[in-house]
Amino acid sequence: MGEASREIMRQARKQVPEWNPSQVREALGQQHEAAPGDQEIVLVDVREKIEWNDGHIPGAIHVPRGYLELQIEEAVPDKSKTVVLYCAGGVRSLMAGATLKQMGYENAISMSGGFGQWKAGGFPFVQPRTMNEAQAKRYSRHLLVPEVGEQGQFKLLDSKVLLLGAGGLGSPAAYYLAAAGVGTIGIIDDDVVEESNLQRQIIHNLKRVGQYKAESARETIEALNPDVKVITYIERLDETNVARIIADYDVIVDGTDNFPTRYLLNDAAIMANKPVVHGSVFRFEGQLTVFKPYEGPCYRCLYPEPPPPALAPSCAEAGVLGVLPGIIGLLQATETIKVLLGIGDPLVGRLMTYDALAGEFSELRLFRDPNCPACGEHAHPENLPTYADVCAVPAR
Amino acid sequence: MATVRLAPVLRASAGGSKQVSAEGSNLAEVLNDLYARFPALKEQIQPDEQLSRFINVYVNDQDVRFLQGLETRVGPGDTVILLPAMAGGEL
Repeated sequence: MGEASREIMRQARKQVPEWNPSQVREALGQQHEAAPGDQEIVLVDVREKIEWNDGHIPGAIHVPRGYLELQIEEAVPDKSKTVVLYCAGGVRSLMAGATLKQMGYENAISMSGGFGQWKAGGFPFVQPRTMNEAQAKRYSRHLLVPEVGEQGQFKLLDSKVLLLGAGGLGSPAAYYLAAAGVGTIGIIDDDVVEESNLQRQIIHNLKRVGQYKAESARETIEALNPDVKVITYIERLDETNVARIIADYDVIVDGTDNFPTRYLLNDAAIMANKPVVHGSVFRFEGQLTVFKPYEGPCYRCLYPEPPPPALAPSCAEAGVLGVLPGIIGLLQATETIKVLLGIGDPLVGRLMTYDALAGEFSELRLFRDPNCPACGEHAHPENLPTYADVCAVPAR
Repeated sequence: MATVRLAPVLRASAGGSKQVSAEGSNLAEVLNDLYARFPALKEQIQPDEQLSRFINVYVNDQDVRFLQGLETRVGPGDTVILLPAMAGGEL
């Protein structure tokens, strides 16, 4: 350290009081009971990211010294609070303290001896979870979005999403959820890939014709993102397996083609309290909503019973513009990510419809039915009927 | 005249129209005017006295089950939306 540095330190010491780790610990212990917003002491780690990742004091916030002037007012808006700064050995935090004084923080304190002495004193510290280099690169555009960030990305990596069907809606939804780093994707589908699927079911390809769709989707996802664990179910959802299968998942993406499955899923999801992201398409139009049990309506609030076979028009070979399930499936993926991260306003109690020919989105408010047999006041979702497949001609 | 918007699955029963006009001061009258011109719609929307349980009817974006049902007032500038249950996903 040169003479000029020593002079800076001397000046800083005159302005910034120092507490040793024992004093800091004691002060933190005293405010332990207070709610986070009411706490009078804020602990700020001013070291570099790489040092923070090796371990830090629990409850500290990280503002590297290089960004101190730019970020501290956002991190600690109340300048009357006691701000205890620490670095590795107590030098950088002292200089950071002098900067805070200049910025109007009345009670900036530097922890002498720094994190090194804190650790040597046997005081608690935590090692944050870190991304490996490949993940930091892969998810860099998520990390730049404050609403996602590193914590959000970890949340996605820890999340489990079940897709009902790897078809028109499931293909784009699964593809993008995998790209986004949703850590576990379950796919239930007992169908095989056909050439007529390839006009819209982009997760499959010509080489996979004849393969199970769930397996084909797994191959595509594994080639795209090795972080994702894919669990396949080569079966149809029915009353014997629905509770077991959905139990493991955080969100269910419903892209099924028939009424019995939609009702079966609805009732089971209410019993298991799982949100369902619901989508459907027909020719040039699609619709979606989020059924979040007890927060918004469920499928039976909207339609207490399925239509009789003669009036189940969507079962006919109706046809669909190939890009349309792409749009609706991706809106489902978007809603899924919002629900997983707890951000924005998911489409709970709102039905969004898209008319491709008109180039128009519109929205209808949906209401919970207090007498709903599945989620109303006196509901017994466990006793509701299941339905036979009303489709004379399966829609494929 | 109120505007009635038909979900895609109903359009075949209304000569392919996406939107039609209908006369009436409440929902029951508007629908009756519609059935007079497109009888095939009646079976899907209102097979007997009550509205079918697998179709939702909105007046100006509000579900009529939470308004006054068939008695819901419909003004000349209002929009009635007919939205049947759509399985319509696609495995």
